[in-house]
Amino acid sequence: MIIELAGESAVMVYLGETMDPAVAARVQALADALPDALDEALLDLVPSYASLLVVYDPYLTDHMAVVRKLHHLGYALEQGRAGEGRLVELPAWYSCESGADLEELARRAGLAMAEVIALHSGTDYRVYAIGFAPGFAYLGEVDERIAAPRLATPRQRVPRGAIAIADRQTAVYPAASPGGWNLVGRCPRRLFDPAADPCMPVAVGDRVRFRPIDREEYLALGGEP
Amino acid sequence: MSGLHVEDPGLLALLQDGGRRGHYRLGLTDGGPLDRQAFDLCNRLLENPAGAAAVELTFGGARFTVGIDSYLCVTGAPMPLRINGEERSTWEVHPVREGDSIALGHPPAGCRAYLGVAGGFQAEPVFGSVSTVLREGLGGLGTGKLAPGDLLPCTPAPGRRRLYLPEAAQPRYNSQVTLRVIPGYQQHHFPRLAQRRFFGSRYTVTDRADRMGYRLEGPVVRADIEGLLSEGICLGAIQLPADGQPIVLLNDRQTIGGYPKIGAALSLDLARLAQQRPGGEVVFTPITQHAAHNALHLARAFEASRSIQERGP
Repeated sequence: MIIELAGESAVMVYLGETMDPAVAARVQALADALPDALDEALLDLVPSYASLLVVYDPYLTDHMAVVRKLHHLGYALEQGRAGEGRLVELPAWYSCESGADLEELARRAGLAMAEVIALHSGTDYRVYAIGFAPGFAYLGEVDERIAAPRLATPRQRVPRGAIAIADRQTAVYPAASPGGWNLVGRCPRRLFDPAADPCMPVAVGDRVRFRPIDREEYLALGGEP
Repeated sequence: MSGLHVEDPGLLALLQDGGRRGHYRLGLTDGGPLDRQAFDLCNRLLENPAGAAAVELTFGGARFTVGIDSYLCVTGAPMPLRINGEERSTWEVHPVREGDSIALGHPPAGCRAYLGVAGGFQAEPVFGSVSTVLREGLGGLGTGKLAPGDLLPCTPAPGRRRLYLPEAAQPRYNSQVTLRVIPGYQQHHFPRLAQRRFFGSRYTVTDRADRMGYRLEGPVVRADIEGLLSEGICLGAIQLPADGQPIVLLNDRQTIGGYPKIGAALSLDLARLAQQRPGGEVVFTPITQHAAHNALHLARAFEASRSIQERGP
């Protein structure tokens, strides 16, 4: 565990250097243990691939106290193991119509589109981080054969529900936004709805599996045409 | 419900309260006032609870019509304030009556001001806050930035004292700011020479400066890595992308990112940075975590003893 300063009232805890389920599990375990350890002095947390940003209230505690508690928890973590997280299934309509980059991605990978779909939907992904935009979940790891670099020129507008690949990460755009990932399909389920409870179907640490559906089912499930 | 009618919001007018807290795990950023000091003083002068919602005006040029008897106060950048055409002081509480017209001109210095009313503006909180974050489509009146015809609801308020902040105690907004920086994050990935250049140079505010972050221009500072696994970013973090030009991240920043960061600016200084316009000058100076902690506590003690006075009848 490496602890770096992140600001006047924040520290960054590094628990590894790579996208690795074992590292992510330790990030998750530390994130789960911190609310009890820091109590009301903990303001917020940002778990990510291999790090955890801890923001505390500088009027209730200080840097030294937080670092001491983190080291103590770090030791305890070596003994324990984080849970697997829930498995969440997301319907996915893969097609050239719903995924503008599917054909090109398949061509460059030297695969049939059906093979790309089978590889993308045949992997269980872990939710490594949530950020970029509300409800944007970074999922990994995408099969090497269909990993694809970001577009040289990002799109001005990617529609809500777009399923996309960037390197060995995949994600569903929770809202229309600019974006540079490769689009392969669309998900009819809302990934972020401020009025719903819970407002997101997934949390960091959960697993996600995509279930291929056709256009009709996509529309029947309430997908935007 | 009645309140304040927006006739002209000027360049940008946003409803802001103390900010959205505790939702980083959903990817929700802080929002809230960029000049926290001016915002807090606005509420203190109005004897409002801390964090009551006010309007953040950028560059002024705004007009409102009062729909309810109340009190209002404007703090921050010195935007000339007129009530029914008559010039009035900012940093002071003024009674207003239904039908009064409020006009705010363009400030000679600084760029953001806060318009508050007794009791604060009432809007439906989303995730515990009414702060508007345009990028997320959250907060405000539910329709993004304020537009002509909008009604900012407020409730009838009991009498308020005519409090004001004497001119000598008002913050001054000049076009130079020194940001105290706590080195951290990937600081070890910045070669010694690059760090010396960063802390020894003057940077200029570019026109790509908004509520997400201020992009600066000046001597190039590069890390010895291009990017890193995406990680959390806190308020004030200073990011250096491949072009070596610093970006100071503010209230509406993304909560995670993968550019190298050299450290984070002290929150107290961000209020002054956010008052800078394109062309403004920025200097960075390193401080230790202990000095930063002390500065926060001293600032709180100073704010508590600030000389707020009451205008006679």
